[in-house]
Amino acid sequence: MVIPMTKEMQFSATSGLEPSPSEAHPKIHASCVHVSYSGRPAIRDVDLDIRANSVTALIGPSGCGKTTFLRCLNRMNDIIDGCEVRGNIQLDGEDIYAAGVDTVVLRRRVGMVFQKPNPFPKSIYENVAYGPRIHGLAGKGKDLDATVQSSLERAGLWDEVKDRLDAPATGLSGGQQQRLCIARAIAIEPDVILMDEPCSALDPIATARIEELIDELKQNFTIIIVTHSMQQAARVSQYTAFFHMGELVEEGETKVIFTNPKDPRTEAYVTGRIG
Amino acid sequence: MTDQAYPPNLVTDAVPGVRKRHGKEIRFRLLGLSAILASLGFLVFFVASIVITGYGAFVKTVVLVDVDLSQEALGLEAGYTSTDLEDVSYRTVVRGAIRGMFADVSGRSARRELTGLLGAGAEFELKDIVLKNPELVGSQQSFWMTASDDFDLFNKGGAKEETATQLTPQQKDWYRGLLRDGRVKTAFNADFLTASDSRDPELAGVWGAIKGSFFALGICLLLSFTVGVLAAIYLEEFAPKNRWTSFLEVNINNLAAVPSITYGLLGLAIFLGIFGLPRSASLVGGMVLALMTLPTIIISSRVALQAVPPSIREAALGIGASHIQAVFHHVVPLALPGMLTGTIIGMARALGETAPLLMIGMVAFIADAPSSVLDPASALPVQVYLWADSPERAFAEKTAGAILVLLAFLVLMNLAAVILRKRFEKRW
Repeated sequence: MVIPMTKEMQFSATSGLEPSPSEAHPKIHASCVHVSYSGRPAIRDVDLDIRANSVTALIGPSGCGKTTFLRCLNRMNDIIDGCEVRGNIQLDGEDIYAAGVDTVVLRRRVGMVFQKPNPFPKSIYENVAYGPRIHGLAGKGKDLDATVQSSLERAGLWDEVKDRLDAPATGLSGGQQQRLCIARAIAIEPDVILMDEPCSALDPIATARIEELIDELKQNFTIIIVTHSMQQAARVSQYTAFFHMGELVEEGETKVIFTNPKDPRTEAYVTGRIG
Repeated sequence: MTDQAYPPNLVTDAVPGVRKRHGKEIRFRLLGLSAILASLGFLVFFVASIVITGYGAFVKTVVLVDVDLSQEALGLEAGYTSTDLEDVSYRTVVRGAIRGMFADVSGRSARRELTGLLGAGAEFELKDIVLKNPELVGSQQSFWMTASDDFDLFNKGGAKEETATQLTPQQKDWYRGLLRDGRVKTAFNADFLTASDSRDPELAGVWGAIKGSFFALGICLLLSFTVGVLAAIYLEEFAPKNRWTSFLEVNINNLAAVPSITYGLLGLAIFLGIFGLPRSASLVGGMVLALMTLPTIIISSRVALQAVPPSIREAALGIGASHIQAVFHHVVPLALPGMLTGTIIGMARALGETAPLLMIGMVAFIADAPSSVLDPASALPVQVYLWADSPERAFAEKTAGAILVLLAFLVLMNLAAVILRKRFEKRW
């Protein structure tokens, strides 16, 4: 279902948010997105606009296609055999599935944080430095050191690891590893960060830390987060999209989705009756 | 809670059938234990019998011989040069020396029996000593010289009457006389490790075979590791998964099970027949062994690549690494220990392989150690095969000795595999 611009304006108006220019020109515009795995459809006909410098939460029961949709946005589905993506996804008005689009360049601008912390089995420093190095974003030595430090600082990890940058990253705790993965993602200065259930493997304290971080990061990045926890979606996101059985059922401002959903399925899910 | 008729306790017999279940477990444990003990027993028996037989190859019997190195005895005139020293007939000198020790022996056959006490290499031993120490000329000296193989066997066998029937009763008497005089002892046989093959067992050594094996394995490693690992990386990380690649996979698995002699025939037909490479060369041996090892390396490398968690690939791709960067910066380093282990196991198998080498002519008698990969060479397992076939009894212990050397190299290689795996292993 396409949600026309006027409707979005209405949401904004009702919640009292000022419509900003970024809303008029969404960071990511997806329309009629179909994805199938070996012919078996996973998501159908999804239309969704992602606003810049905000946090958009994708919620829904398991197997509803929210992760599939997220992975379309930086073409991570390309590496899955038998996965077919149809439809139109635009990043700043540019079709990311057009011929000639280089996934290396795309993923340089659309970074990703995965469900399970997956640091490289190298040192903490190497984990963060790898991205800037392969993209040639920082020189060697001091320049790279500064990039690593600022990335770790923005990920709120610097104070904990500054004395052991050469220690193996796999020796960090789960929450620290996930923040390291966030530092690794922001070290290449992407426009968009995709987060696939980044807290599902973490305890509540580490989760709170990551959520704080997400809130700070939205100043500079557009964040899309898949989450199973409705409380988390309510806490961190400004916009929420509810997926069910491969369809985008409803999307809009988080406040509206949680307090005044239009679709009965959304209401059933957010009140805990299904899912 | 219930009214069931179980006795109110927790002992085994409280529930029918539990004793039977425990019995099954005990019987299975005993079976497993006896299987392990049986295989250990076989291993101990195998190694012990080889060590007992092969020990003799590493020691040799030496006889203290008084040698007259006067100018007259050597047949040198005054003002001789070092070239003259080389031209001396040391065979005559050695024969004279041993006859001098048994002055009472006369007659042609008795004298031949007497010279048969010393090995065929005695004259060369003496020559080496004199050429290295020319100042000894003109003096009387006593040297420990290598005894002949029959004499050696008789001595190492404890001088029992029933051993070494090759010796005549007269020779046995001489042996006892020399032993009484303290002129017989056993010494470490360095020749076994530094000499190459010989028709005379007391002169034969494994150095040529070790060198041949080393050259062949070097060629084999170079070819099979590079080709095998690249093939595995391509198949696992880059090739599309379709009917062709699964067909390829099935065939690679089949190749791993092909009898090794078939690779020898292939090498004979292609490397020797079509390309005209030299026969018996370790280059061809290495190429044939590489063909044989390739499937093993490809399979083990693919398994090692599959064992790398996909999250590492996703992490690399997710920050914009290209496919090849993700593979070579992250996946391959993690798979390397597994690849190396597979390679070393393949190499160890190649080291012990005889059949394909027979086909390409590495089974010839070669008395010189090869100096390049194009020289005719032997290999350790082939040397074992050759010596096991020799009629001289003294080659029996040489055979076992060569097996010991081969086993030592195999143990070293497996040890290297374990160490490499431990060193490169990273946890994720």
